[in-house]
Amino acid sequence: MSTTQEQSFPLYEEVVNEFGKLTAAGRTDKARQTAFERFRLLGFPSIKNEDWKYTNITRFLKDGYALESPVHSIPAGLLEKAAIPALDCYQLVLVNGVWDGKVKGGELPKGIEVFRVAEALKARSNAVLFEDKKWGNQHFANLNEALYTDGLFIGADGDCDKPLHIVHLFTADHNLLVQPRHVWVVNTNAGLSVIESTLSATGEAKIWVNSLTEIIVHKDARLDHTVIQTASPGARLVQHTTVRQKKQSLYNSYTFTLPGADLVRNDLQARLEEDHTETHLYGLYLAAGNQLVDNHTLVDHQKASCFSNELYKGVLLEQSTGVFNGKVYVHKDAQKTNAFQQNNNLVIGKRATIDSKPELEIYADDVKCSHGSTVGQFSEEALFYLRARGIGEATAKALLINAFAFDVTEKLKLGAVESYINQSIRHHIPAEHA
Amino acid sequence: MLIIKNLHAEVEDKQILKGIDLTVNPGEVHAIMGPNGSGKSSLASVLAGRESFHVTEGEVTFRGNDLLEMDPEVRAREGLFLAFQYPIEIPGVSNVNFLKTALAEIRAYRNLPPLDAKEFLRLSREKQKLVEFDAQLVNRSLNEGFSGGEKKRNEIFQLAMLEPSLAILDETDSGLDIDALRIVAAGVNKLRSKDNAFIIITHYQRLLEYIVPDFVHVLYNGRIVKSGTRELALELEEKGYDWLREESREQEATTQGAVGA
Repeated sequence: MSTTQEQSFPLYEEVVNEFGKLTAAGRTDKARQTAFERFRLLGFPSIKNEDWKYTNITRFLKDGYALESPVHSIPAGLLEKAAIPALDCYQLVLVNGVWDGKVKGGELPKGIEVFRVAEALKARSNAVLFEDKKWGNQHFANLNEALYTDGLFIGADGDCDKPLHIVHLFTADHNLLVQPRHVWVVNTNAGLSVIESTLSATGEAKIWVNSLTEIIVHKDARLDHTVIQTASPGARLVQHTTVRQKKQSLYNSYTFTLPGADLVRNDLQARLEEDHTETHLYGLYLAAGNQLVDNHTLVDHQKASCFSNELYKGVLLEQSTGVFNGKVYVHKDAQKTNAFQQNNNLVIGKRATIDSKPELEIYADDVKCSHGSTVGQFSEEALFYLRARGIGEATAKALLINAFAFDVTEKLKLGAVESYINQSIRHHIPAEHA
Repeated sequence: MLIIKNLHAEVEDKQILKGIDLTVNPGEVHAIMGPNGSGKSSLASVLAGRESFHVTEGEVTFRGNDLLEMDPEVRAREGLFLAFQYPIEIPGVSNVNFLKTALAEIRAYRNLPPLDAKEFLRLSREKQKLVEFDAQLVNRSLNEGFSGGEKKRNEIFQLAMLEPSLAILDETDSGLDIDALRIVAAGVNKLRSKDNAFIIITHYQRLLEYIVPDFVHVLYNGRIVKSGTRELALELEEKGYDWLREESREQEATTQGAVGA
């Protein structure tokens, strides 16, 4: 027997009404209906759900959010803030999940196709694009599936000569829920580098971004995926990314979360659907203020001879809260799996906390898997050494934080992005934070 | 330059310095010798401002100011330098970036503009040559994977870059082979001038064959029990430290006798 979750959050009522309107207008299909039923069964997550045990979002859900979004202009200065100096790229800007159709930095090379998901929905059958309908117990992914209206489709049939810099700007003058839906397909032998920057400016208003990205990396294809989250207070980001990897494909993910947004919850799932794939997941979260930053990752080894390596590092300042949950699932057929995971945390704020949880489930018997998790503080010896050379305490701490982050930042292949990230880290550690 | 008066200090409630008096003038090189556990490195730590050491009595004046009131970074900016006995490895902080940052903060404190990239590079090259420090090491992470000798030479390279008025070398000779010792000593000798001073803490006389001190002090049980010239170091080399223990026991007996009477 299944029971629908009746939840008292105003947002819950909003989405139920919205779906009712869509249904009445005949604008839902089987996939949306299934997803919405699923969402109604699950409701919004609470700490009673294992996947949300350390991430209490009740206080954010208590705010009401409208679903109707009028067209917004870009707030002054926001786009400039997104620029990565000295990065040669194609830039695409999305405002509240809607792309204006422009590409800065030249014409996209042949074989690289970009269009709005809203256009795709009109032009083709939904089913062709969005083949994966199984969002299981993912509360927010099901909600997105039921109600999304737009996002960005990227298709790569060959190598792209420059990275794509996708700038997600979020803005609102009243509390708002936006649900972008993106689909990226990197076809056989193709190679692509995508950098996503997320920024927001909402004044007193709150914005809830429930974003869902589905990525397919086909046989022998390569995708470098960098995510830079620098949204501002008032933003609540829930970002679900599912990556499906085919034979001998390579997926590199670099996720950077910097102080700003009230809530960041990243669900990154790499599903290794065929053999001999390679996956690297790197993450760095620097949290401050009252921020709640949660990274949930899943590496799903379904087939044999795949390699995955994961390194997430966290720096918790002030009274911020961090959560890391790294699940590695090795199926019975996934022999010769190599799966490594590491999570290191530097807890600096006296009232900062981190919950770190590695989760390994292994059903194959010929595998090499390891995981490790550490929580530490500044090395007093290192701090004294730097100060004894004339370096002030705040600068010394900033240097040590940069050094701690180095293992992750050095993995970035683009020098311009690496300097930009290092700069951003330094910028976010003023004396009073340290 | 440096005046230490009746300095007492403790670490973890254990008294380790029990009344040190020492005056160092510009242009002088002082050697501090003594057996293990006598308080040599503790003195260096107290002067550099290591927080685990607590001064319980006495005073230290550095270039006319109260040294003990200053944070470690202020002491460095005022011109005090400690070459560490065990230099710390800091992966992820490059040697160059570290030195640039240190130099910039020291110069800012002295109201000097920061060096531009070209000036810094020139200075760095000049000092590398002076102390025979491998250029490749300069670009690596701070002391990471350096051999013991390379770490010590890096300390001397930093000393050359930061040009302090008073440098304290804490057992810089320990763990060095004879060639490295010569290079380190030659570097120090080149940096000696009438305006700066050195305190060289060492267990052995060996280093003092290369860096000739003006004064030699023997530290024992938290006190300077004997001061002299270079000859004292040679005498220690010959006689060892055992005679100190006896002399000190006698002295203590006398003191206690006096108190008892």
